[in-house]
Amino acid sequence: MSTATQSERVALTGNEAAATAMRQINPDVVAAYPITPQTEIVQMFSNFVADGDVHTEFVRVESEHSAMSAVIASAASGARSMTATSANGLALMWEMLYIAASYRMPIVMPVVNRALSGPINIHCDHSDSMGARDSGWIQLYSENAQEAYDNIIQAVRIGEHPDVRLPVMVCQDGFIISHAMDNLYVLPDEDVQAFIGEGGGQEHSLLDVDNPATFGPLDLQNWYFEHKRQQVEGMKNAHRVIPEVAREFADVSGRSYDFFEEYRTEDADVVVVVLGSTAGTAKDVVDAMRADGHKVGLVKIRVFRPLPADKLVESLLSRSAVAIMDRSDTFSSAGGPVYHAVRHALYDVDERPPVSNYIYGLGGRDIRPSQIRRVFEETLEVARTGQRSRSISYLGVRE
Amino acid sequence: MSPDNKEYGRSGRTPEPDATWREVPIGGVLPWGGNAAEYETGDWRSMRPVYDPEVCIQCRLCWVYCPDSAVEVNEDGEVTGINYYHCKGCGICSAECPRDGAMEMEPEKAEE
Repeated sequence: MSTATQSERVALTGNEAAATAMRQINPDVVAAYPITPQTEIVQMFSNFVADGDVHTEFVRVESEHSAMSAVIASAASGARSMTATSANGLALMWEMLYIAASYRMPIVMPVVNRALSGPINIHCDHSDSMGARDSGWIQLYSENAQEAYDNIIQAVRIGEHPDVRLPVMVCQDGFIISHAMDNLYVLPDEDVQAFIGEGGGQEHSLLDVDNPATFGPLDLQNWYFEHKRQQVEGMKNAHRVIPEVAREFADVSGRSYDFFEEYRTEDADVVVVVLGSTAGTAKDVVDAMRADGHKVGLVKIRVFRPLPADKLVESLLSRSAVAIMDRSDTFSSAGGPVYHAVRHALYDVDERPPVSNYIYGLGGRDIRPSQIRRVFEETLEVARTGQRSRSISYLGVRE
Repeated sequence: MSPDNKEYGRSGRTPEPDATWREVPIGGVLPWGGNAAEYETGDWRSMRPVYDPEVCIQCRLCWVYCPDSAVEVNEDGEVTGINYYHCKGCGICSAECPRDGAMEMEPEKAEE
């Protein structure tokens, strides 16, 4: 498939969906390096380049550090710039992630979540992108190929918005989404182009020789703090821009997005918070438990950076008990990153529900409906008693 | 981006030192070029080259080798001295100088 002229339902893997979104975005520059399970995205995209389906300058760099460096420079020139990576590739970008964010470069990067070595493992968990949660990037998480596709297109508008100007990671679960065939709706090429607009999103350009500008000068004691404060403001503004972009996207696509999705939470005593593909499995468990008469629901976080703290509090406040599922650990011995974030947000509320943490699925360990049911059942027990037997559990590890 | 009162620091374009985060250019971008001259690297120096025009033979090797363009020359390209606002005291000029005493390194003295 090299063009789409009308909205059509197609069967694509998550990687194919991401590559399709990139083709329709038609960025000015893509610099990328292969790494499992992301490789297919840039491999397919390089086919689009070779076939003349896009006008993109495709830079075959020698590492992910170079990939991120190259797209920072091309973004500084005003070019719409993208790359994609996974796991250790993201880790090798680390230094440059912070530089992309602090220089306010609206780069969009699909991240196909994979366990960060070591021990070496190519399968899904969130240790790669969760480690980068404080790098200053906006982070969107996707439940399936449709969401990965839709999030990538919206990410262009979010990152380039003049009040935001931040890079955006669009995360999808390695293999579970990236290599699994899914049914999804793909927009017509011209609708994507009309939605994203001309863009580029830069006030100054490295290539504007008539108006030279200096990017990345030394920024010592008297200025660095001010620039970091500006970065926070960009993130704060993203709270306003993300729903604006989602509303416009809904007009084009008919699909609605928010900071998080509430699934059957309206009268739920117990809510489980999750992000990524596990949400799909968990929804089935919610349906099954609802059929058994349990008042349970699910919150699936889409936007983890910026953290929709106030809205999460509003959603979770009145529950009798909450469980947070984390597909990575912080090794603080005090729980996973989503647990830290959500539980922290609830602290300001006097009457807050007990919150427990389940760390699961590390290194691609399968997460089964029976395990998620156990999370709900234990959390229902917490709701009944008001007592947690333990705060942090490792779900699916051999004890 | 280091505003100061010294001659090389006066561009008139640098934000005021008390500018708030709302006032400084976004992302550390300076919307002009050629501002490295404004940054004082001379205060990194622990040794300083001392130029003696009486001994100098005007070979200009110091000017060629100086990594900071801190060797000053006049309109005829003749070496006239050192720009101590930028000279980091690396000593390359002195090492390259073929004449004893034309470009000698001396310890910086404590400020009085």
